[in-house]
Amino acid sequence: MIFCTAGTQVPFDRFLKIIDELAADLDEEVVAQATKGHYKPKNIRYVKFLPPNEFNELFSKARLVIAHAGMGTIISAMLQQKPLIIFPRVAALGEHRNEHQLATAQKMKELGYVYVANDAEELRELVLRTELKPLHRIGDYASQSFVGGLCDLIGSSTSEKKSLLRLPSRFHLPFVNLLKRKPRKKK
Amino acid sequence: MKRKKVLAVASLGGHWIQLLRIVKPMEKYYDVVYFTTLKKSKTMVGDKKFHCLMDFNRWNLWKIIPAFFKVLAIIAWERPAVIITTGAAPGLITLMVGRMFRIKTIWIDSVANVNKLSKCGSLASKWTRNVYTQWPALANGRVHYIGNVFEN
Repeated sequence: MIFCTAGTQVPFDRFLKIIDELAADLDEEVVAQATKGHYKPKNIRYVKFLPPNEFNELFSKARLVIAHAGMGTIISAMLQQKPLIIFPRVAALGEHRNEHQLATAQKMKELGYVYVANDAEELRELVLRTELKPLHRIGDYASQSFVGGLCDLIGSSTSEKKSLLRLPSRFHLPFVNLLKRKPRKKK
Repeated sequence: MKRKKVLAVASLGGHWIQLLRIVKPMEKYYDVVYFTTLKKSKTMVGDKKFHCLMDFNRWNLWKIIPAFFKVLAIIAWERPAVIITTGAAPGLITLMVGRMFRIKTIWIDSVANVNKLSKCGSLASKWTRNVYTQWPALANGRVHYIGNVFEN
């Protein structure tokens, strides 16, 4: 089964049309998820939206994933070891707010993480004639150093204004306890 | 000692997947409250606390008004110590409201932005000092780099 996804925010008719035409030449089931546009697919199973559990189910069944350059799909494909072809949205054609999908696809291709197709011919070539395999593998979570760095940031004292209110312990004056908001109890 | 409460915010899709990759390992140390734009995403966070917001972006900006009040209510209710977001418009609103309450806020720009910081990210850098990019080439005085979600 080939699973195609184009996100939930903006329709992507160009992609859907190309997939639909390609599916006519394949003897494999094709499932596509994309926000409703004007194009009506004929040769594929089309769904407007998939909740996370159904999305994951289809994703894990798929032999190949074809998608817009959305990071969610790219990360999921790397996690689940699926071959992935990226078909980026072009903002000049009104398919997104800016051209970042082209840049993302370019970068991912440079790093050798995914296959990239920019038009119908390139996609056809990849799907029909290339031996596709998963190109990159990642673990369940972000790296220890990245998460650790953020934890350090969270752990450091919250805001300067609050810390000014906390008086140093050597001022043992009777009214200091009244100034403290919450006296801390040791367990 | 009481554990710090972290409010983790992202809109649906890639932002949310990235947020989970970053915040899931933090659950050991902090009380994490999730906040995203789709009710059904609750299945992805298990038994953790979860709130939902309507999605909006630059193309349907009017929704910012009801969203602002919803965010205000949730921050007032939860009183998190830290807000961490991977972005897009709902994250930016939450970050701004958080700053009004003097809450520490962290913006992690999406790994999709490889050539320049996202519009929301550069707006966020005006509000908070803790702005992180995921590509070393984009780091400068105001924007930091400590890693990305791809590395193992």
